[in-house]
Amino acid sequence: MNEILTDETKKVLTEPLVTNNPITLQVLGICSALAVTSQMSTSLIMALALTLVTACSSAAISAIRNHIPSSIRIIVQMTIIASLVIVVDQILKAFAYDVSKQLSVFVGLIITNCIVMGRAEAYAMKNPPLESFMDGIGNGAGYSLILIIVAFFRETLGSGKLLGIEVFKLTKDGGWYDPNGLMLLPPSAFFIIGLIIWSVRQWKPAQNETVEFKIMSISHGEGGHH
Amino acid sequence: MLKCQYTEKLCSKLEQCEHYQKFRAYCLKVLALSNDNLEKTIAIAVALCLVCAVLVAFAAVALKPLQVSNKELDMKKNILDVAGLLQADSDIEKVFSSQIEAKLVDLETGEYAEGNANEYDQRKAAKDPAQSVAIPKDKDIAHIRVKAKLAKVYLVKDGNTTKSIILPVSGYGLWSTLYGFLALDADGQTVQSINFYDQAETPGLGGEVVNPKWRALWKGKKVYAEADQASLEKGLIGEADKGEPALSLIKGTVDNSKAGSQYQVDGLAGASLTSTGVTNLVRYWMSNEGFSTYLSKVRTVAEKKS
Repeated sequence: MNEILTDETKKVLTEPLVTNNPITLQVLGICSALAVTSQMSTSLIMALALTLVTACSSAAISAIRNHIPSSIRIIVQMTIIASLVIVVDQILKAFAYDVSKQLSVFVGLIITNCIVMGRAEAYAMKNPPLESFMDGIGNGAGYSLILIIVAFFRETLGSGKLLGIEVFKLTKDGGWYDPNGLMLLPPSAFFIIGLIIWSVRQWKPAQNETVEFKIMSISHGEGGHH
Repeated sequence: MLKCQYTEKLCSKLEQCEHYQKFRAYCLKVLALSNDNLEKTIAIAVALCLVCAVLVAFAAVALKPLQVSNKELDMKKNILDVAGLLQADSDIEKVFSSQIEAKLVDLETGEYAEGNANEYDQRKAAKDPAQSVAIPKDKDIAHIRVKAKLAKVYLVKDGNTTKSIILPVSGYGLWSTLYGFLALDADGQTVQSINFYDQAETPGLGGEVVNPKWRALWKGKKVYAEADQASLEKGLIGEADKGEPALSLIKGTVDNSKAGSQYQVDGLAGASLTSTGVTNLVRYWMSNEGFSTYLSKVRTVAEKKS
């Protein structure tokens, strides 16, 4: 076991959780984070599917990395990722029909998820298969973590349920909780992800980006067009 | 190493095969080339496509039977649900085959049509120009543009008598086309239940069309305007509306004590466009564009019998 968990694998497994999280630091994979998080069950399946695809595609790409012609490397990566996504989609349709119906196009859209291709290009092309696989798992876990947090707030506040089980009794059923309709719409995930990014960067100020442009302050009497 | 006799035999045969030797030599040669070489680029692209194609094709073909049976089971579950026959522990296949009968209805004449109803797919037929008709724009209140000539209805049987009729309905809501079933009593007038099995409305708002509590409100509602004296006097139903589909979703909650409440169902809170869509699709499919001709024939047959 110790042989597998070298320093490098430990690093690639744990770093993407907070310090180098694909969503909060790199701001990748936002599209699906908005789309599937209105319910916890769909978020969990999506997180699992994406983790699996990232890990397997990274391992496959890394295994043939020394023979990928640089002129077609993006297409090679896409072909491998797309094939894996189709396989995952088929498996979901066969074994988890109800969930696959709810996720509809979003499983197919894993192909265009920036995290998968980002890891292929940034890590798998330069590192051996096992480490690349672990890197995929780590980044998938980082993505999953954010998805689960967002889904937790959206489902509880939006429909008073968690994983379909009632948490707050709704006013329309004679309870006390009046659900927040905004939480059910995709834009609410923007607010939640924004708040998560803010709190992570408060906690770890090193993640703050340097300001590229600054609004110039115009002192009195100078400049200004008339 | 796990090597059975057959693989060993196969391997030794392969070793002897001239083509295999050539192929292997070629592979090694290509792999040794520099990555920027054109020949290698093409060879890698072809090889990768082949491997991926085999993988995808294998997954699709191997899992197909499971997916098809999932789909069929899901459809049967929806039909039993709308028929009120779905219990948590019931054997769907068994209940379905013993109590439900699928039939084809010619929408134009309202007569049952020949053909294998179990094999017929109405949604596929609607897309096939030979089996469908375009709906004139002024009549297309459900915004579906085309409809299949033959509709697949399900009769819920209790022995020889028909208990209820399950009609397929579809129409546009806010984001998506809603597909569902409307179950009517054998009188072709009283609603038993409604069930949408395919929709992509906003979860929590329009998506509440699948909420069991809302669906329960439909039970006992009437589809067609009956010219009872009270409604006529109050002007709720005009003389011309007699026999026309009158069922609709209203804003807010229905007051059951008022006249005409038998034609009204609560609208979905926060989803007026989906609610309008549902009203339109029910009105469309219950009009003479849809099942009205068929239902009036069902009624005359039932009256003759009694």
